[in-house]
Amino acid sequence: MSTQTLASAPTDSDAGRPISRSLSYAEAIREAIAQAMTEDERVFLFGEDVGIYGGAFGVSAGLFEQFGPERIRDTPISELGIVGAAVGAALCDMRPIVEIQFSDFTAQAMDQIVNQAAKIHYMLGGAANVPLVLRAPGGSGTGAAGQHSQSLEAWFVHVPGLKVVMPATPADAKGLLLSAIDDPNPVIVLEHKLLYKVSGEVPENAERVPLGKAAVRRRGDDLTIIATGVMVQRTMEATEALAAEGIQATVIDPRTLKPLDTATILDGVRQTGRVLLVQEAPITGGFMSEVAAIIAGSDALNYLLTPIKRLCGLDVPIPYAPQLEKAAVPQVADIIAAGRTLAQES
Amino acid sequence: MKLVQHAEEAKAALVTMWTIRRFEEAVDELFARGLMHGTMHLSIGQEASATGACLAMREDDLITSTHRGHGHCIAKGADLERMMAELLAKETGYCRGRGGSMHIADVSKGNLGANGIVAGGIPIAVGAALAQTMKRSNRVVLSFFGDGAANEGAFHEAVNLAAVWNLPVVFLCENNHYGMSMSTERAFKIEHISERAAGYGIPGVTIDGNDVQAVYDEAAVAIERARSGGGPTLIEAQTYRWKGHSKSDKNLYRSKEEIDDWKSRDPIGRFEASLEDAATLSAEDIEDARSIARDAVRNAIQNATAAPDARPEELTDAVYA
Repeated sequence: MSTQTLASAPTDSDAGRPISRSLSYAEAIREAIAQAMTEDERVFLFGEDVGIYGGAFGVSAGLFEQFGPERIRDTPISELGIVGAAVGAALCDMRPIVEIQFSDFTAQAMDQIVNQAAKIHYMLGGAANVPLVLRAPGGSGTGAAGQHSQSLEAWFVHVPGLKVVMPATPADAKGLLLSAIDDPNPVIVLEHKLLYKVSGEVPENAERVPLGKAAVRRRGDDLTIIATGVMVQRTMEATEALAAEGIQATVIDPRTLKPLDTATILDGVRQTGRVLLVQEAPITGGFMSEVAAIIAGSDALNYLLTPIKRLCGLDVPIPYAPQLEKAAVPQVADIIAAGRTLAQES
Repeated sequence: MKLVQHAEEAKAALVTMWTIRRFEEAVDELFARGLMHGTMHLSIGQEASATGACLAMREDDLITSTHRGHGHCIAKGADLERMMAELLAKETGYCRGRGGSMHIADVSKGNLGANGIVAGGIPIAVGAALAQTMKRSNRVVLSFFGDGAANEGAFHEAVNLAAVWNLPVVFLCENNHYGMSMSTERAFKIEHISERAAGYGIPGVTIDGNDVQAVYDEAAVAIERARSGGGPTLIEAQTYRWKGHSKSDKNLYRSKEEIDDWKSRDPIGRFEASLEDAATLSAEDIEDARSIARDAVRNAIQNATAAPDARPEELTDAVYA
């Protein structure tokens, strides 16, 4: 796993843009939480071990000391209760941020996420809002096996009423989280545990990255790769190798899976006529299946020179053994190979 | 407050109980006549717990409710016409036809909502109580739920959170003795659901849930405890639903004798008798309370029926705020 940085944040201070500096993805999230809590006293963070421990992945380290035990609130191991409490607090005009230690554990809280948080606004005809943020790390690559490594974004994308974001860079981890906290709806923020230590340029001020706006990470004329989460970083690495072979790829990171920026995706497809969809999650019923369907159902279909190609995780629980775990989800070499094949197909 | 010593409050409580009864009967009839669709969970026979508990609350206190929530809603001050309009799938309903019977809320009246998921409202009540604590408000949250909910994980997680955080919340279990067809005898190894309070280090008490005064008394104690920083209480109010669980129920799991026995403990009849015995209200006062309730429900039906239907062209409104 590379820790190569992704240059994605604005850095051109001459153009009047905010000052930025290098932060890790985890530090960027922490900064977003601290800035939101400073801006708005209704914002608070709670979850398992978020207090003095600093969170299982260290995201909230130091916040307990800064904001105290009431607003950086440790909870018993009680995911359903925690998310339910967030729903109730949100209904009473607080702005809770829930940390679920591993996204796999959202399964314990699904009633409150799916049947309560997502639907209350609608079921009440718009009479109440549930402005909560649920942060949870997903993804494989840590040897934690089947119950601590899943990529479950498709579950949440499928539920009307939820918004879903998957930040791939430190700047987006900060900016998207700030937007999620501002948003009057429940927003699921799926972080990636392999990205926590990855560094990149992050604006110092509390600049928002709007929900529902994709980022074009790179432009090339030969093919378009759409990737989410940790696959954005792997795809960027792969495109360097492809470029060395003379294959230039456009890389689109949707950033927000729901609402999805379909315009940017379809523009990218029309531009090259070849599209590779890369996700870590198992292929069947995955988010990229939806992207494929959107492309196939649009006029962009007429621009396709080759069939839509998906490169996804296998339909298998994430295994423990490192060589098995690596083989279960796309790696940089897989993306290079798939990109090469696609670019050469006629 | 002893209701028999306060004629005005006693009459108001009686009107509330009759309003719940008449509302539920009206819903039952509208459904039977094919004028209402979906399904309904009626609370006939359980009017004392909703009425007594809400009577002990301040107007700005909060509740969460259940799938059998019409009574809670009425007792917490909801607008009958907007409730009826919702059940009749009207644009003027509480949820503009998007929620129906199981999702009526009136946040302005402190009702955070009924809930279609058994025990779904209990953690939400805890979060609402957490918000009150963090906002330094002294509002209290009361969560209504049934015996069935006490076997859901959500109940245990929520009560524990409220206990360890010492939150201003009252857990009011309306034990109507059946979770659909599952009797409490078969679903619990303990005699009283309130015994579970001990497992969380909070007070628990079992009361006659068909005695509006008893419900008021225990709710008042628990609410005062919560408001003054004493933390949560679990109250088990023993009661009985006269009607089936929902519209599909053929009452195969219980006997007519059992139902009749509970009907002889009618919370409204008992309350009226106690008020007459104590000469708190005259027979005319009681008849007047019945009329007020009947007329209120009749007007609600009349006006709601005339209201415009929910509009399909706006169907996707309000998915997101």
